[in-house]
Amino acid sequence: MAGTAVRGRLTWQIATVAAVRPETASVRTIQFDIPHWGGHEAGQHVDIRLTADDGYVAERSYSIASAPGEPLELTVERLEDGEVSPYLTEELRAGDELEIRGPIGGYFVWDGGEAGPPLLLVAGGSGVVPFRSMLRHRARVGSTVPVRLLYSARSLPDVIYRAELDMPGDGADVVYTLTRQQPPGWAGHSGRVDGELLTEVAWPPGRGPLAYVCGPTAFVEIVAGELVSLGYPPDRVKTERYGGVAAP
Amino acid sequence: MTDELYGPDDSALDGNAIGGLLYEVFGAEMTAAEATCAHCGKTARLAEAIVYIRAPGTVMRCRTCTSVLAVVVRKQEMNCVDLSGLAALQAS
Repeated sequence: MAGTAVRGRLTWQIATVAAVRPETASVRTIQFDIPHWGGHEAGQHVDIRLTADDGYVAERSYSIASAPGEPLELTVERLEDGEVSPYLTEELRAGDELEIRGPIGGYFVWDGGEAGPPLLLVAGGSGVVPFRSMLRHRARVGSTVPVRLLYSARSLPDVIYRAELDMPGDGADVVYTLTRQQPPGWAGHSGRVDGELLTEVAWPPGRGPLAYVCGPTAFVEIVAGELVSLGYPPDRVKTERYGGVAAP
Repeated sequence: MTDELYGPDDSALDGNAIGGLLYEVFGAEMTAAEATCAHCGKTARLAEAIVYIRAPGTVMRCRTCTSVLAVVVRKQEMNCVDLSGLAALQAS
């Protein structure tokens, strides 16, 4: 096919912003049109490259928020001291162009198996983004794999994709814990994800679950460590760390 | 900086964040590749390596013993790659 990216090479492509929609006060989802997008797997990334007028180049890696088969969407949280995220969340408009390469990654991915061991997804803050792709993928392919998402957010208004996560589909459920602020009458969990909460929420190790943990580095270290303490084999706990942002 | 909920601030990422750079260097998806540390002998996926991107260049360290596995420094359009901390690297 003429113009298709060369197989075996990762090439920068021009993507056009199709739409931008707010998720929370500091989070936006951006949908892109890319002429030769070869598709992606749930959990994969793309790199974004911005070039300033003076030639300065900044590259960042973002998780893909949409399911395989859907238009490429990224969900980006504005970091106060960020170089790239303030532009993506505040300046970018439909019709704007930027450079993207991908999809990238073969470790933190879920293939959407029709049947299989239960999935445990543990998200801290914007670490929920790849799990949105996985949950949408699961629904689209009609997978019956039981899925539980444990999502740690600072407060209810900080929850990304809340309306969508309220209807995760048959065999999927979402458990929240709010770490900083709980609304009056909050019946869900409060405080950080710890061994006690994981004992209550995580699938028992005897069912052979597969766990994915994504969020700030310190969050991932604690959650992955606790899962191993609960009896999850380390190779059944896949991790992805976003670095040193404030705890969700 | 210490966060009251999850402990010390840590600017370290992991190998997932540099899947694009690794692809650029090796010409293949490498985050699921198995890397053996030349110092402690432990084998793990490159996705699990401790990664610093704020150093001059990108530094990958062993999650078990924290020894340097690999360093990639980009100079203009060229990547200078030091893999001397790897005893073995097996793409999946």
